[in-house]
Amino acid sequence: MKDIKITITDRQGVKHQVDAPTDMNMNLMEVIRSYELAPEGTIGICGGMAMCASCQCYVQSDHPLPEMGQDEDLMLSEAFHVQDNSRLSCQIFITETLNGLEVELAPEA
Amino acid sequence: MIKTDILIIGAGPTGLFAVFEAGLLKLKCHLIDALPQAGGQCAEIYPKKPIYDIPGFPEILAGELVNNLMKQIEPFQPGFTLGERADTIEKLEDGTFIVTTDKGTKHHAPIVAIAGGLGSFEPRKPPITNLSDFEDKGVEYIIRNPEMYRDKNIVISGGGDSALDWSIFLTDVAKSVTLVHRRNEFRGALDSVEKVQELKNLGKIELITPAEVIGLVGKERLEEVVIKQGAEVFNRECDHFIPLFGLSPKLGPIADWGLEIEKNAIKVNNALDYQTNIPGIYAIGDVNTYPGKLKLILCGFHEATLMCQSAYQRIFPDKRYVMKYTTVGGVEGFDGSKKEAPKAVVKSID
Repeated sequence: MKDIKITITDRQGVKHQVDAPTDMNMNLMEVIRSYELAPEGTIGICGGMAMCASCQCYVQSDHPLPEMGQDEDLMLSEAFHVQDNSRLSCQIFITETLNGLEVELAPEA
Repeated sequence: MIKTDILIIGAGPTGLFAVFEAGLLKLKCHLIDALPQAGGQCAEIYPKKPIYDIPGFPEILAGELVNNLMKQIEPFQPGFTLGERADTIEKLEDGTFIVTTDKGTKHHAPIVAIAGGLGSFEPRKPPITNLSDFEDKGVEYIIRNPEMYRDKNIVISGGGDSALDWSIFLTDVAKSVTLVHRRNEFRGALDSVEKVQELKNLGKIELITPAEVIGLVGKERLEEVVIKQGAEVFNRECDHFIPLFGLSPKLGPIADWGLEIEKNAIKVNNALDYQTNIPGIYAIGDVNTYPGKLKLILCGFHEATLMCQSAYQRIFPDKRYVMKYTTVGGVEGFDGSKKEAPKAVVKSID
Protein backbone atom coordinates (compact mmCIF):
# COMPACT_ATOMS: atom_id res chain seq x y z
CA MET A 1 0.00 0.00 0.00
CA LYS A 2 1.16 3.51 -0.59
CA ASP A 3 1.44 6.62 1.49
CA ILE A 4 -0.98 9.47 0.94
CA LYS A 5 -0.42 13.23 1.16
CA ILE A 6 -2.21 15.28 3.77
CA THR A 7 -1.99 19.02 4.30
CA ILE A 8 -2.22 20.04 7.94
CA THR A 9 -2.42 23.64 9.13
CA ASP A 10 -1.03 23.82 12.65
CA ARG A 11 -2.33 26.03 15.50
CA GLN A 12 0.05 28.82 14.44
CA GLY A 13 -1.44 28.82 10.93
CA VAL A 14 1.57 27.14 9.26
CA LYS A 15 0.78 24.61 6.53
CA HIS A 16 2.59 21.28 6.43
CA GLN A 17 2.28 18.68 3.69
CA VAL A 18 3.01 15.27 5.17
CA ASP A 19 3.06 11.64 4.06
CA ALA A 20 0.80 9.27 5.95
CA PRO A 21 0.92 5.47 5.66
CA THR A 22 -2.31 3.67 4.80
CA ASP A 23 -1.14 0.30 6.10
CA MET A 24 -0.37 1.05 9.76
CA ASN A 25 -3.89 1.43 11.14
CA MET A 26 -3.06 5.07 11.93
CA ASN A 27 -5.55 7.81 12.52
CA LEU A 28 -5.10 11.45 11.64
CA MET A 29 -4.38 12.47 15.26
CA GLU A 30 -1.49 10.01 15.33
CA VAL A 31 -0.15 11.35 12.02
CA ILE A 32 -0.20 14.87 13.47
CA ARG A 33 1.65 13.65 16.57
CA SER A 34 4.17 11.67 14.54
CA TYR A 35 5.18 14.88 12.76
CA GLU A 36 5.07 16.82 16.06
CA LEU A 37 2.71 19.42 14.60
CA ALA A 38 1.20 20.11 18.04
CA PRO A 39 3.05 19.93 21.38
CA GLU A 40 2.76 16.64 23.25
CA GLY A 41 0.21 16.91 26.01
CA THR A 42 -2.00 19.23 23.95
CA ILE A 43 -3.30 16.66 21.46
CA GLY A 44 -4.56 13.11 21.80
CA ILE A 45 -4.81 13.40 25.59
CA CYS A 46 -7.24 10.49 25.90
CA GLY A 47 -5.13 8.45 23.51
CA GLY A 48 -7.68 8.41 20.70
CA MET A 49 -10.91 7.25 22.35
CA ALA A 50 -13.00 10.27 21.31
CA MET A 51 -13.14 11.21 24.98
CA CYS A 52 -11.36 14.55 25.18
CA ALA A 53 -11.64 16.60 21.94
CA SER A 54 -8.02 17.75 22.17
CA CYS A 55 -7.48 16.55 18.58
CA GLN A 56 -10.36 18.52 17.09
CA CYS A 57 -9.68 19.69 13.52
CA TYR A 58 -11.54 21.51 10.78
CA VAL A 59 -11.78 19.58 7.52
CA GLN A 60 -11.20 21.98 4.65
CA SER A 61 -11.25 19.69 1.63
CA ASP A 62 -14.17 17.83 0.16
CA HIS A 63 -13.15 14.24 0.89
CA PRO A 64 -15.58 11.44 1.78
CA LEU A 65 -14.88 10.95 5.48
CA PRO A 66 -15.91 8.05 7.70
CA GLU A 67 -19.30 8.74 9.20
CA MET A 68 -19.26 10.31 12.61
CA GLY A 69 -19.86 7.84 15.42
CA GLN A 70 -22.03 8.67 18.41
CA ASP A 71 -19.03 9.01 20.74
CA GLU A 72 -17.42 11.57 18.47
CA ASP A 73 -20.67 13.44 17.86
CA LEU A 74 -21.45 13.80 21.56
CA MET A 75 -17.86 14.72 22.46
CA LEU A 76 -17.99 17.48 19.87
CA SER A 77 -21.25 18.68 21.41
CA GLU A 78 -19.23 19.58 24.51
CA ALA A 79 -16.06 20.78 22.79
CA PHE A 80 -15.16 24.43 22.32
CA HIS A 81 -14.51 26.33 19.05
CA VAL A 82 -16.69 23.85 17.16
CA GLN A 83 -17.57 24.62 13.54
CA ASP A 84 -19.71 22.79 10.97
CA ASN A 85 -16.61 21.07 9.56
CA SER A 86 -15.24 20.00 12.98
CA ARG A 87 -14.10 16.40 13.41
CA LEU A 88 -12.02 14.58 15.99
CA SER A 89 -8.90 13.62 14.07
CA CYS A 90 -8.50 10.44 16.15
CA GLN A 91 -11.64 9.11 14.50
CA ILE A 92 -10.38 9.62 10.93
CA PHE A 93 -8.36 6.58 9.86
CA ILE A 94 -5.86 6.96 7.05
CA THR A 95 -7.07 5.32 3.85
CA GLU A 96 -6.20 5.87 0.19
CA THR A 97 -9.43 7.75 -0.42
CA LEU A 98 -8.14 10.52 1.86
CA ASN A 99 -5.20 11.36 -0.44
CA GLY A 100 -4.97 15.17 -0.65
CA LEU A 101 -7.00 15.74 2.55
CA GLU A 102 -6.64 19.24 4.01
CA VAL A 103 -7.30 19.96 7.67
CA GLU A 104 -6.62 22.70 10.20
CA LEU A 105 -6.08 22.05 13.91
CA ALA A 106 -8.63 23.67 16.21
CA PRO A 107 -7.23 25.92 18.98
CA GLU A 108 -6.07 24.26 22.19
CA ALA A 109 -8.88 24.21 24.72
CA MET B 1 2.87 17.33 58.70
CA ILE B 2 2.58 13.99 56.92
CA LYS B 3 5.87 12.04 56.96
CA THR B 4 6.75 9.19 54.65
CA ASP B 5 9.68 7.58 52.83
CA ILE B 6 8.56 8.11 49.25
CA LEU B 7 6.08 10.84 48.48
CA ILE B 8 4.36 9.96 45.23
CA ILE B 9 2.62 12.70 43.29
CA GLY B 10 -0.12 11.16 41.21
CA ALA B 11 -2.20 8.11 42.15
CA GLY B 12 -2.53 6.60 38.67
CA PRO B 13 -1.40 3.05 37.86
CA THR B 14 2.31 3.93 37.89
CA GLY B 15 2.13 5.73 41.25
CA LEU B 16 0.09 2.91 42.76
CA PHE B 17 2.49 0.21 41.58
CA ALA B 18 5.42 2.18 43.01
CA VAL B 19 3.83 1.61 46.45
CA PHE B 20 4.15 -2.14 45.93
CA GLU B 21 7.78 -2.04 44.81
CA ALA B 22 8.66 0.34 47.65
CA GLY B 23 6.85 -1.93 50.10
CA LEU B 24 9.04 -4.87 49.15
CA LEU B 25 11.96 -2.68 50.24
CA LYS B 26 10.17 -1.77 53.51
CA LEU B 27 9.71 1.80 52.35
CA LYS B 28 6.43 3.55 53.15
CA CYS B 29 4.61 5.67 50.58
CA HIS B 30 2.10 8.47 50.60
CA LEU B 31 0.27 9.61 47.47
CA ILE B 32 -1.11 13.03 46.55
CA ASP B 33 -3.66 13.38 43.75
CA ALA B 34 -5.74 16.31 42.53
CA LEU B 35 -8.65 13.98 41.79
CA PRO B 36 -10.91 12.83 44.63
CA GLN B 37 -10.20 9.15 43.87
CA ALA B 38 -7.16 7.02 43.05
CA GLY B 39 -6.61 5.65 39.55
CA GLY B 40 -5.68 8.72 37.51
CA GLN B 41 -6.83 8.71 33.88
CA CYS B 42 -7.87 5.05 34.18
CA ALA B 43 -10.48 6.01 36.76
CA GLU B 44 -11.35 9.51 35.56
CA ILE B 45 -11.43 9.21 31.77
CA TYR B 46 -11.87 5.60 30.73
CA PRO B 47 -12.73 3.21 33.61
CA LYS B 48 -14.97 1.10 31.34
CA LYS B 49 -12.49 0.81 28.47
CA PRO B 50 -10.53 -2.41 28.00
CA ILE B 51 -6.71 -2.44 28.00
CA TYR B 52 -5.03 -5.23 26.05
CA ASP B 53 -1.33 -4.72 26.70
CA ILE B 54 -0.93 -5.34 30.41
CA PRO B 55 1.37 -8.36 30.59
CA GLY B 56 -0.52 -11.40 31.81
CA PHE B 57 -3.94 -9.84 31.25
CA PRO B 58 -5.31 -10.59 27.75
CA GLU B 59 -7.95 -7.98 28.51
CA ILE B 60 -8.71 -5.87 31.57
CA LEU B 61 -10.94 -2.85 32.12
CA ALA B 62 -9.02 0.25 33.21
CA GLY B 63 -11.20 0.51 36.33
CA GLU B 64 -10.52 -3.14 37.18
CA LEU B 65 -6.78 -2.62 36.79
CA VAL B 66 -6.97 0.20 39.33
CA ASN B 67 -8.99 -1.97 41.72
CA ASN B 68 -6.44 -4.77 41.39
CA LEU B 69 -3.54 -2.39 42.03
CA MET B 70 -5.29 -1.02 45.12
CA LYS B 71 -5.69 -4.58 46.37
CA GLN B 72 -2.07 -5.42 45.56
CA ILE B 73 -0.72 -2.45 47.56
CA GLU B 74 -3.14 -2.76 50.48
CA PRO B 75 -0.61 -4.67 52.70
CA PHE B 76 1.74 -1.69 52.40
CA GLN B 77 -0.81 0.73 53.88
CA PRO B 78 -0.16 3.75 51.67
CA GLY B 79 -1.45 7.14 52.79
CA PHE B 80 -3.50 9.30 50.45
CA THR B 81 -4.03 13.04 50.15
CA LEU B 82 -6.81 13.12 47.54
CA GLY B 83 -8.58 16.07 45.96
CA GLU B 84 -5.53 18.27 46.55
CA ARG B 85 -2.97 19.40 44.02
CA ALA B 86 0.75 19.38 44.86
CA ASP B 87 1.65 23.03 44.48
CA THR B 88 5.06 23.82 45.93
CA ILE B 89 8.22 21.97 46.85
CA GLU B 90 10.95 23.04 49.23
CA LYS B 91 14.30 21.29 49.61
CA LEU B 92 15.56 21.37 53.20
CA GLU B 93 19.22 21.55 54.20
CA ASP B 94 19.34 17.82 54.92
CA GLY B 95 18.27 17.09 51.33
CA THR B 96 14.69 16.09 52.22
CA PHE B 97 11.62 17.74 50.73
CA ILE B 98 8.44 19.42 51.89
CA VAL B 99 5.61 19.37 49.38
CA THR B 100 2.58 21.56 50.08
CA THR B 101 -0.79 21.18 48.36
CA ASP B 102 -3.19 23.89 47.19
CA LYS B 103 -5.13 23.30 50.44
CA GLY B 104 -2.04 23.76 52.57
CA THR B 105 -1.42 20.10 53.52
CA LYS B 106 2.30 19.59 54.11
CA HIS B 107 4.20 16.37 53.36
CA HIS B 108 7.78 15.60 54.35
CA ALA B 109 9.87 12.91 52.63
CA PRO B 110 13.44 12.17 51.61
CA ILE B 111 12.27 11.05 48.15
CA VAL B 112 9.69 12.58 45.84
CA ALA B 113 8.44 10.51 42.90
CA ILE B 114 6.37 12.43 40.39
CA ALA B 115 3.95 10.04 38.70
CA GLY B 116 1.68 12.79 37.50
CA GLY B 117 0.70 11.46 34.07
CA LEU B 118 -0.26 14.33 31.81
CA GLY B 119 -0.65 16.58 34.83
CA SER B 120 -3.35 17.39 37.33
CA PHE B 121 -6.89 17.48 36.05
CA GLU B 122 -8.20 21.02 35.75
CA PRO B 123 -11.70 22.08 34.68
CA ARG B 124 -12.10 22.87 30.98
CA LYS B 125 -13.24 26.47 30.65
CA PRO B 126 -15.55 27.56 27.84
CA PRO B 127 -14.21 30.36 25.61
CA ILE B 128 -16.34 33.23 26.98
CA THR B 129 -14.30 36.42 26.86
CA ASN B 130 -15.06 37.83 30.32
CA LEU B 131 -15.37 34.46 32.08
CA SER B 132 -12.36 34.99 34.35
CA ASP B 133 -13.77 38.34 35.57
CA PHE B 134 -16.55 36.44 37.33
CA GLU B 135 -14.58 33.52 38.77
CA ASP B 136 -15.68 33.17 42.42
CA LYS B 137 -18.12 36.02 41.77
CA GLY B 138 -20.81 33.75 40.46
CA VAL B 139 -18.81 31.47 38.18
CA GLU B 140 -17.60 28.15 39.59
CA TYR B 141 -16.18 25.18 37.71
CA ILE B 142 -16.31 22.72 40.58
CA ILE B 143 -19.10 22.41 43.12
CA ARG B 144 -17.42 22.26 46.50
CA ASN B 145 -20.20 23.36 48.78
CA PRO B 146 -23.74 22.82 47.43
CA GLU B 147 -25.15 24.91 50.29
CA MET B 148 -23.88 28.10 48.66
CA TYR B 149 -26.51 27.56 45.95
CA ARG B 150 -29.43 27.44 48.38
CA ASP B 151 -32.33 29.55 47.11
CA LYS B 152 -30.23 30.87 44.23
CA ASN B 153 -30.86 30.88 40.50
CA ILE B 154 -28.40 28.55 38.84
CA VAL B 155 -27.43 28.08 35.20
CA ILE B 156 -25.41 24.96 34.37
CA SER B 157 -23.94 24.19 30.97
CA GLY B 158 -22.54 20.94 29.60
CA GLY B 159 -23.85 17.61 28.38
CA GLY B 160 -21.96 14.97 30.36
CA ASP B 161 -22.54 13.22 33.64
CA SER B 162 -21.44 16.03 35.92
CA ALA B 163 -23.74 18.57 34.24
CA LEU B 164 -26.68 16.18 34.51
CA ASP B 165 -25.93 14.93 38.02
CA TRP B 166 -25.44 18.39 39.50
CA SER B 167 -28.56 19.72 37.75
CA ILE B 168 -30.52 16.90 39.37
CA PHE B 169 -28.93 17.42 42.79
CA LEU B 170 -29.36 21.18 42.84
CA THR B 171 -33.10 21.06 42.13
CA ASP B 172 -33.52 20.25 45.83
CA VAL B 173 -31.34 23.15 46.92
CA ALA B 174 -31.56 26.00 44.45
CA LYS B 175 -34.44 28.35 43.71
CA SER B 176 -34.18 27.50 40.02
CA VAL B 177 -31.97 25.29 37.85
CA THR B 178 -31.49 25.92 34.15
CA LEU B 179 -29.45 23.48 32.06
CA VAL B 180 -28.05 24.76 28.78
CA HIS B 181 -26.55 22.36 26.24
CA ARG B 182 -25.64 22.64 22.61
CA ARG B 183 -27.57 19.52 21.66
CA ASN B 184 -30.82 17.86 22.54
CA GLU B 185 -28.83 14.67 23.19
CA PHE B 186 -26.72 14.20 26.32
CA ARG B 187 -23.56 12.15 26.73
CA GLY B 188 -24.22 11.21 30.34
CA ALA B 189 -25.55 7.96 31.78
CA LEU B 190 -29.00 6.97 30.54
CA ASP B 191 -30.68 7.01 33.96
CA SER B 192 -29.38 10.55 34.60
CA VAL B 193 -30.79 11.68 31.26
CA GLU B 194 -34.13 10.11 32.14
CA LYS B 195 -34.13 11.77 35.56
CA VAL B 196 -33.50 15.18 34.00
CA GLN B 197 -36.35 14.52 31.56
CA GLU B 198 -38.62 13.71 34.52
CA LEU B 199 -37.56 16.85 36.42
CA LYS B 200 -38.09 18.90 33.29
CA ASN B 201 -41.62 17.51 32.94
CA LEU B 202 -42.26 18.44 36.59
CA GLY B 203 -41.02 21.96 35.88
CA LYS B 204 -38.09 21.63 38.29
CA ILE B 205 -35.37 21.98 35.66
CA GLU B 206 -35.55 24.33 32.75
CA LEU B 207 -33.80 22.81 29.77
CA ILE B 208 -32.55 25.16 27.07
CA THR B 209 -31.33 23.17 24.06
CA PRO B 210 -29.76 23.36 21.56
CA ALA B 211 -28.21 26.48 22.99
CA GLU B 212 -25.01 27.92 24.33
CA VAL B 213 -24.02 30.44 26.99
CA ILE B 214 -22.03 33.02 25.03
CA GLY B 215 -21.66 35.92 27.46
CA LEU B 216 -21.80 37.04 31.08
CA VAL B 217 -23.20 40.28 32.46
CA GLY B 218 -22.79 41.86 35.87
CA LYS B 219 -21.27 44.74 37.82
CA GLU B 220 -19.64 43.43 41.00
CA ARG B 221 -20.95 39.91 40.61
CA LEU B 222 -22.58 37.81 37.92
CA GLU B 223 -26.14 38.97 37.29
CA GLU B 224 -27.11 37.49 33.92
CA VAL B 225 -25.90 35.03 31.33
CA VAL B 226 -26.34 35.62 27.61
CA ILE B 227 -27.77 32.56 25.86
CA LYS B 228 -27.77 31.92 22.14
CA GLN B 229 -30.42 29.51 20.92
CA GLY B 230 -30.48 29.22 17.14
CA ALA B 231 -30.66 32.76 15.77
CA GLU B 232 -32.13 34.08 19.01
CA VAL B 233 -29.97 35.71 21.69
CA PHE B 234 -31.43 36.48 25.12
CA ASN B 235 -30.36 37.22 28.67
CA ARG B 236 -31.26 35.15 31.69
CA GLU B 237 -30.96 36.40 35.27
CA CYS B 238 -28.89 34.15 37.49
CA ASP B 239 -26.75 34.16 40.63
CA HIS B 240 -24.39 31.39 39.56
CA PHE B 241 -23.14 30.01 36.26
CA ILE B 242 -21.52 26.58 36.51
CA PRO B 243 -19.86 25.39 33.28
CA LEU B 244 -19.25 21.63 33.59
CA PHE B 245 -17.28 20.54 30.54
CA GLY B 246 -15.10 17.89 32.12
CA LEU B 247 -11.49 17.97 33.14
CA SER B 248 -8.30 18.28 31.17
CA PRO B 249 -4.82 17.49 32.47
CA LYS B 250 -2.30 20.31 32.82
CA LEU B 251 1.27 19.97 34.05
CA GLY B 252 0.48 22.92 36.31
CA PRO B 253 2.66 24.08 39.21
CA ILE B 254 5.14 21.17 38.80
CA ALA B 255 6.41 23.03 35.73
CA ASP B 256 7.80 25.67 38.13
CA TRP B 257 9.74 23.31 40.41
CA GLY B 258 13.04 23.87 38.65
CA LEU B 259 12.84 20.57 36.80
CA GLU B 260 14.07 20.25 33.23
CA ILE B 261 10.96 20.17 31.05
CA GLU B 262 10.80 19.02 27.45
CA LYS B 263 7.64 18.48 25.38
CA ASN B 264 5.41 19.09 28.41
CA ALA B 265 7.20 16.29 30.28
CA ILE B 266 10.00 16.01 32.85
CA LYS B 267 13.41 14.95 31.58
CA VAL B 268 14.91 12.02 33.47
CA ASN B 269 17.99 9.85 33.47
CA ASN B 270 16.60 6.73 31.84
CA ALA B 271 19.97 4.99 31.70
CA LEU B 272 19.96 4.76 35.49
CA ASP B 273 16.97 5.36 37.70
CA TYR B 274 14.52 7.93 36.27
CA GLN B 275 15.86 10.67 38.51
CA THR B 276 15.33 14.28 37.40
CA ASN B 277 17.91 17.06 37.37
CA ILE B 278 17.14 17.58 41.09
CA PRO B 279 18.67 14.72 43.13
CA GLY B 280 15.99 12.98 45.18
CA ILE B 281 13.18 13.88 42.79
CA TYR B 282 12.22 11.14 40.34
CA ALA B 283 9.66 11.20 37.53
CA ILE B 284 7.99 7.97 36.39
CA GLY B 285 5.23 7.04 33.96
CA ASP B 286 3.64 9.34 31.38
CA VAL B 287 4.98 12.47 33.08
CA ASN B 288 8.60 11.81 32.13
CA THR B 289 10.50 11.92 28.88
CA TYR B 290 13.74 10.43 27.58
CA PRO B 291 14.94 9.21 24.19
CA GLY B 292 12.60 6.47 23.03
CA LYS B 293 9.98 7.13 25.73
CA LEU B 294 6.68 5.31 25.31
CA LYS B 295 3.66 6.39 27.34
CA LEU B 296 2.48 2.93 28.29
CA ILE B 297 1.28 1.66 31.67
CA LEU B 298 3.66 -1.28 31.42
CA CYS B 299 6.61 1.10 30.92
CA GLY B 300 5.47 3.07 33.97
CA PHE B 301 5.55 -0.12 36.05
CA HIS B 302 9.14 -0.79 34.99
CA GLU B 303 10.17 2.78 35.74
CA ALA B 304 8.52 2.63 39.17
CA THR B 305 10.47 -0.53 40.00
CA LEU B 306 13.86 0.93 39.10
CA MET B 307 13.03 4.19 40.86
CA CYS B 308 12.32 2.36 44.14
CA GLN B 309 15.67 0.54 44.08
CA SER B 310 17.46 3.84 43.56
CA ALA B 311 15.38 5.52 46.27
CA TYR B 312 16.38 2.79 48.73
CA GLN B 313 20.08 3.37 48.00
CA ARG B 314 19.56 7.09 48.42
CA ILE B 315 17.84 6.70 51.79
CA PHE B 316 20.31 4.03 53.01
CA PRO B 317 23.60 4.79 51.23
CA ASP B 318 25.57 2.43 53.51
CA LYS B 319 23.29 -0.59 53.26
CA ARG B 320 23.89 -3.41 50.80
CA TYR B 321 20.84 -4.94 49.18
CA VAL B 322 20.00 -7.22 46.28
CA MET B 323 16.60 -7.44 44.70
CA LYS B 324 14.55 -10.40 45.89
CA TYR B 325 11.94 -12.28 43.86
CA THR B 326 8.48 -12.26 45.47
CA THR B 327 8.26 -15.98 44.69
CA VAL B 328 11.25 -16.45 46.98
CA GLY B 329 10.76 -13.79 49.62
CA GLY B 330 6.96 -13.53 49.59
CA VAL B 331 5.22 -10.29 50.46
CA GLU B 332 5.34 -9.06 54.04
CA GLY B 333 2.81 -6.32 54.60
CA PHE B 334 3.18 -3.46 57.06
CA ASP B 335 -0.15 -4.63 58.42
CA GLY B 336 1.43 -7.88 59.67
CA SER B 337 0.13 -9.92 56.74
CA LYS B 338 2.42 -12.34 54.98
CA LYS B 339 2.00 -13.99 51.61
CA GLU B 340 4.48 -16.62 50.48
CA ALA B 341 4.82 -19.62 48.27
CA PRO B 342 3.70 -22.82 50.01
CA LYS B 343 6.57 -24.97 51.22
CA ALA B 344 7.20 -28.18 49.35
CA VAL B 345 5.98 -31.31 51.09
CA VAL B 346 8.77 -33.82 51.34
CA LYS B 347 7.93 -37.46 51.66
CA SER B 348 10.42 -40.28 51.63
CA ILE B 349 9.88 -43.52 49.77
CA ASP B 350 10.43 -46.58 51.92
